[in-house]
Amino acid sequence: MWGIVGQRVFRHGSSAMSLQGTRPAILASRSFSSAAKEMTVRDALNSAIDEEMSADPKVFLMGEEVGEYQGAYKITKGLLEKYGPDRVLDTPITEAGFTGIGVGAAYHGLKPIIEFMTFNFSMQAIDHIINSAAKSNYMSAGQISVPIVFRGPNGAAAGVGAQHSQCYASWFASCPGLKVLAPYSSEDARGLMKAAIRDPDPVVFLENELLYGESFPVSAEVLDSSFSLPIGKAKIEREGKDVTITAFSKMVGYALKAAEILSKEGISAEVINLRSIRPLDRATINNSVRKTNRLVTVEEGFPQHGIGAEICASVVEDSFEYLDAAIERIAGADVPMPYAANLERLAVPQVEDIVRAAKRTCYRSSSLAATA
Amino acid sequence: MALSHLSSTRSNRLLRPLAAAASSLCRPISTSTEPLVIETSIPFTPHKCEPPSRSVETNPQELLTFFRDMATMRRMEIAADSLYKAKLIRGFCHLYDGQEAVCVGMEASINKKDCIITAYRDHCTFLGRGGTLLEIFSELMGRQGGCSKGKGGSMHFYKKESGFYGGHGIVGAQVPLGCGLAFAQKYNKDENVTFALYGDGAANQGQLFEALNISALWDLPIILVCENNHYGMGTAEWRAAKSPSYYKRGDYVPGLKVDGMDVLAVKQACKFAKEHVLKNGPIILEMDTYRYHGHSMSDPGSTYRTRDEISGVRQERDPIERVRKLVLGHDLATEKELKDIEKEIRKEVDEAIAKAKESPMPEPSELFTNVYVKGFGTESFGADRKELRATLP
Repeated sequence: MWGIVGQRVFRHGSSAMSLQGTRPAILASRSFSSAAKEMTVRDALNSAIDEEMSADPKVFLMGEEVGEYQGAYKITKGLLEKYGPDRVLDTPITEAGFTGIGVGAAYHGLKPIIEFMTFNFSMQAIDHIINSAAKSNYMSAGQISVPIVFRGPNGAAAGVGAQHSQCYASWFASCPGLKVLAPYSSEDARGLMKAAIRDPDPVVFLENELLYGESFPVSAEVLDSSFSLPIGKAKIEREGKDVTITAFSKMVGYALKAAEILSKEGISAEVINLRSIRPLDRATINNSVRKTNRLVTVEEGFPQHGIGAEICASVVEDSFEYLDAAIERIAGADVPMPYAANLERLAVPQVEDIVRAAKRTCYRSSSLAATA
Repeated sequence: MALSHLSSTRSNRLLRPLAAAASSLCRPISTSTEPLVIETSIPFTPHKCEPPSRSVETNPQELLTFFRDMATMRRMEIAADSLYKAKLIRGFCHLYDGQEAVCVGMEASINKKDCIITAYRDHCTFLGRGGTLLEIFSELMGRQGGCSKGKGGSMHFYKKESGFYGGHGIVGAQVPLGCGLAFAQKYNKDENVTFALYGDGAANQGQLFEALNISALWDLPIILVCENNHYGMGTAEWRAAKSPSYYKRGDYVPGLKVDGMDVLAVKQACKFAKEHVLKNGPIILEMDTYRYHGHSMSDPGSTYRTRDEISGVRQERDPIERVRKLVLGHDLATEKELKDIEKEIRKEVDEAIAKAKESPMPEPSELFTNVYVKGFGTESFGADRKELRATLP
């Protein structure tokens, strides 16, 4: 096939790019007038919270180890010294109690940021997130609004086992009245965190422990204290024309790597970084699928009733005639997270899983080729 | 009864000669604000604190207001019972009759910048915070004129501008929420307090102790009020709590046990509690009270209680009858005047119901309002999304 020769040449030229880790391919090919500043996701979150606390005295922070310990993952480093113990509060290990207190403070008009050390512990407080926060504006016909942010690491880390690895995106995103955000890059982290803190509704902000240390380039606009990103809008991280790949959080990096690999095989993948799980940017997803005619959804969480299932339903409902292949779903394995490293690797999506699924939508999978 | 313990300045009223008593029959109902000191039915029982005095300062106008407010609440709840049986009220309906003294006595000691939060037995608490009969009946019947525009129902009444934060359906959730309100009051440096009301059933909830621990650590101006009506739905307190001394359950947090059927005792306890928490952090008030109805309208209330018990409380401890006796005993009004007030109230309630029935059901478009404060144009869907969808503003 003509594509193979071309791909070989292409592969050499682009090998340097593909080794650049998580940096989006598009940005790497631009030239900047001055060196782009880099910022870790951790610093992006810290600076966003810091700036919003500085701008609005009603914003305060509450959670386990957020103050004197400087944050279990150091996201809230330096904030206690800067804002004092009245605004940065260390709590006992009582999620139901402190989450309820946070929601009550939001009822009264303050703007709490409640940290869950990981979202696995949010299950102890989920009644307050759903019944006390999400539904109040509706039940009170607009009298009781709840301007609160629930944030913390979500999903799998590394080797932490079944009770510390679940992704809660689909549970929270199914609930009307909540907004659910999932940043990937430092720009996402800054812009979405600022939007979440300023937002008058309850926001579940799903971070990722393994992304905290990752660096991304940030422009001057992103660094400005007035920067924010719109809630409900996805970002096309990489344009393409053959297959759409949707992802959020850490999986965006994997999808971008997969897109690189696919491009060498002549498949141009469009990678969509969802950014907002609820509201879901159905328009961007559907417009992309209407262009590419193929879809692979990627998520880290359990597959049944997950984010991919919702995206699949949305595309089938709104863009059925545009599909040239069945929609593919890549998700975490349908098992509790195992500890052993090899089993853990099998339980979480890998780049090759995304590549394989994309090829299937292009009728290029090796098993099909063998039968041809 | 309290009459035998009157302070000396007022004791001569009882011994007034008949002639003077006769002339008092012609005078209008007393609106005097001259102080009157009345003893509570029983002393307060303290836990780790000095109890307030049994002598409560009040005045004729206040007592008559108590009578009117409690009688209105009583009449309202009984009318709600009929509306429920007529199927105009649907779902859950938890009635407060018998417990009126708790919310009325509380209101007498606080202002509208103090906050109250309670569970689902909230009709009278809402009325006490300045809600109207029309808003209440309209909401119960799911009409536009309801305080939550028909979107909440019996368990979800709110009046934020007068410090009433609901109206909560999940047992116990209102306690940490109330501690959060108190946190905000302290954060804002208001000199105000929050009363978080809960029942004997909710008193065993873990989140209550979690929130109480944090409130005590952070010195929050929160008063936990256990409205102990002795039954958590169908379960008597002794079957649910190893220690039904709810005023002691705070352990390191002081508490006070109060006769919740005596509106003056409630007033005194709440006044004491407000002063206490502004200086010393949380306190627990246990109101010994009783509900005449079952847990809700689907519970007759007599499978786990004897009819004798219910009628016994009605005869011996009814909060409205207690105030009636005080008013009559102190010559603040005649029996006929009090009966006239009750007739007036009945008429007011009937008129409110009639007006509420005229309020329309919400527009179908209201299905999609108030999901968010700011919807950013996102879409929401009905059962068949190809048929019914809306953009959230």
